[in-house]
Amino acid sequence: MLRKIRTALAIAVIAILTFGFIDFAGIIDNPLLQKIQFGPALLSLSIVTLVCLIAATLLLGRLYCSVICPLGIFQDFFNWLSKKFDKKKKYGYKPERPWLRWAVLVALIIAWLCGFTFLVGLLEPYSAYGRMADELFRPVYLFGNNLLAAISEKTGNYRFFKVLISLKSIAAFVVAILTLLVIGHFSYHYGRTWCNTICPVGTLLGFFSRFSLLRIRIDKDKCNHCLACQRKCKAYCIDSANQKIDYSRCVDCFDCIDACKQKAIYYGPVKCSRNPKENPETDTVDESKRQFLKSTLAIAALAPAALEAKVTGKKDERVPMSPPGSVSHRNLLQHCTACHLCVSKCPSHVLKPAGLEYGLGGMMQPVMKFDDGYCNYDCNLCSQVCPAGAIRPLTVDEKHHTQPGRVVFNKDICVVNVNRTSCGACAEHCPVQAIHMVPFIGGLTIPETTPELCVGCGGCEFICPVKAVHIEGNPIHLTAKEPDQDSNIQTQDFDFGF
Amino acid sequence: MFFYKTTMDRRDFLKTLAAAGALVTVKSSGMMDVMASTMPSSATADGNADLAAIMNGEPAAMLEAAMKELGGISRFIKKGDKIVIKPNIGWDRTPELAGNTNPDLLEALIRMCQDAGAAEIKVFDHTCDNWSRCYDHSGIEAMVKKVGATMVPAHEQSYFQNVEIPGAKTLKNAMVHKAIIECDKWINVPVLKNHGGALMTCAMKNHMGIVWDRRAFHSRGLHQCIADICTYKPAVLHIVDAYRTLATNGPQGRSASDVVLTKALFASPDIVAVDTAAGKFFTGINKNIKFEDIEHIPDGQKLGLGTMDLESINVKRVRL
Repeated sequence: MLRKIRTALAIAVIAILTFGFIDFAGIIDNPLLQKIQFGPALLSLSIVTLVCLIAATLLLGRLYCSVICPLGIFQDFFNWLSKKFDKKKKYGYKPERPWLRWAVLVALIIAWLCGFTFLVGLLEPYSAYGRMADELFRPVYLFGNNLLAAISEKTGNYRFFKVLISLKSIAAFVVAILTLLVIGHFSYHYGRTWCNTICPVGTLLGFFSRFSLLRIRIDKDKCNHCLACQRKCKAYCIDSANQKIDYSRCVDCFDCIDACKQKAIYYGPVKCSRNPKENPETDTVDESKRQFLKSTLAIAALAPAALEAKVTGKKDERVPMSPPGSVSHRNLLQHCTACHLCVSKCPSHVLKPAGLEYGLGGMMQPVMKFDDGYCNYDCNLCSQVCPAGAIRPLTVDEKHHTQPGRVVFNKDICVVNVNRTSCGACAEHCPVQAIHMVPFIGGLTIPETTPELCVGCGGCEFICPVKAVHIEGNPIHLTAKEPDQDSNIQTQDFDFGF
Repeated sequence: MFFYKTTMDRRDFLKTLAAAGALVTVKSSGMMDVMASTMPSSATADGNADLAAIMNGEPAAMLEAAMKELGGISRFIKKGDKIVIKPNIGWDRTPELAGNTNPDLLEALIRMCQDAGAAEIKVFDHTCDNWSRCYDHSGIEAMVKKVGATMVPAHEQSYFQNVEIPGAKTLKNAMVHKAIIECDKWINVPVLKNHGGALMTCAMKNHMGIVWDRRAFHSRGLHQCIADICTYKPAVLHIVDAYRTLATNGPQGRSASDVVLTKALFASPDIVAVDTAAGKFFTGINKNIKFEDIEHIPDGQKLGLGTMDLESINVKRVRL
């Protein structure tokens, strides 16, 4: 029964969460399930979410990993698939490898401190799933939609419309494919091993779930040591011979409850008399953990200098532009787990996963690019959906005064100057008159910029036929000024004029 | 309704056509084809106006008055025609900000075409801003659905098709929206606005919304390309919405302070005449702009798209 509830919840959660990523029509504009993910909540220090998730874990165990974490649910799907192909599939008990889990976690913390957030995002489970949803599942959904649109268009029905399917970045696509292969492989063959050795969220929640109130328990009187539960346990955490369960790895999938013919396994509150130290592993863990901490911290002391050299060594001719609301490159770097929710939600196809624009540490984080569109003046969607506080919420009015980058005009290649023909596309697309046309040779007009007014929307760069205008990012976002109002305007008593 | 009485029969139509032809031959023999198709009935024999300029009314009332002067919608479309109405929906703006054609005017026009027996009415624009936001916030999509016409998307290249433009000087071919290619007749319904590059945007400039690759226009000479695309499949009627006029900071406008409630409307089958009238009206509002500086209007005349000489045509001015 519990297992069925868990499965139903998990399916519902992953369906809604995935739809949040692939939905191009804005049916779910502000996905909520994305906001309660542990990784982004930790990086944004959203205390309420963190306290709730930790409290839930202390109460219920790592249920999070089975019903909230999309990557966990995704792995369960592969696990289910593997059982379809191999009816005799069995797991067993394996002792915990705490040093590996904690090593990964500590390494990630060090990487983050060194500004290498890319690694954190790479392993953070929700973000890893988000990238797969955005780069792999979304195009499939869009393709299906376009087929439907093409068919309905033939009948004169325009209810469905075609949408742009583009490869946002080759690097992001490769990362998503690799994630799929690695996660798929691990979960198909080794159940939840990924979650219990690599996943940083798994390690952190595992720390709390050791002390959870409700947990899987073995009724020692009823148990006949048949090993049925152990064989079913995809987390390899039931030691049936000793009637012990490693609660740091148990993800509350309840598979064991259904497996037990003796009804000796149940989900219930821990007895008050139970001493956590009863678990022999906790003691042995500490020593290796401590040792590891020491050595990694030593490396950490040296790492930043090395990294700094690497990043500054690579000089890009253009300063990248981080999305409005991200405050600064530094803020984005510190908080973004690269889940690509903003990338998938951007209605103008402006946000793309970064390659090396922000340096190695900021790979996969959103960067504004104006190849397929430009940032809509009145749109603040990315700032509303970000679960990690990397893009902070902006009201539309706040966004109108935010300057993530400013316009640069290169007169030497402008068509007006080179071809002596009229254009003005940039000025036309500027929502704030940061570019306006001024008299040039022979009745022509040529762009003139007022960068203080610029909101960095990229309309000019997008439409310019020769890229004579582009937006240069502000590493720390500035405030855009208000323009003056024209006064020579007749507002009443109009005349035909002819 | 009263203005449908003045329908032309075939003889009238032929007479009109002959008169138009004669006039065109006198004016510019080289662009005969273009002229004949652009101005099917200038200098009408039956006293219908060539250009109607209306002021001081609500959009629907001004449209009605204009069509009365021009001889009714049935002068331009016939029963069973497949019609496209092409407004300006370029920007993510609400109707109050006058970035797009007024939805009330469009609604009245669609109903008029429906009453005249149009078999199909499609509405679209290749927007500049994100298309779904433009369609939505302009109020046009909801209105079109309400009155039972068809809103057609135009945000993807596959909705467009490459066509030859034989009358063009520079833009010999372009990707034009299939709705325009496939329709029997189309009506151009621009909104009158200030424009950073072209100083003013109106009927001619509104043609940029029927093509896919606008960058080509800009790189190959904007004014000539605009004039060129106007020769492709000329609209049978141009109705300029000047109910609210974006006087400054166009074509988008920054705020309501850029908008002037001018309550005017200009309509004509002659695209150059209608832009001339609208241009003279507009430069009376934004006095920083000189009518002589709006280059694409004389460019259009040079291409034989119509006349800037409003004295030579039958202009009706009505204040409601």
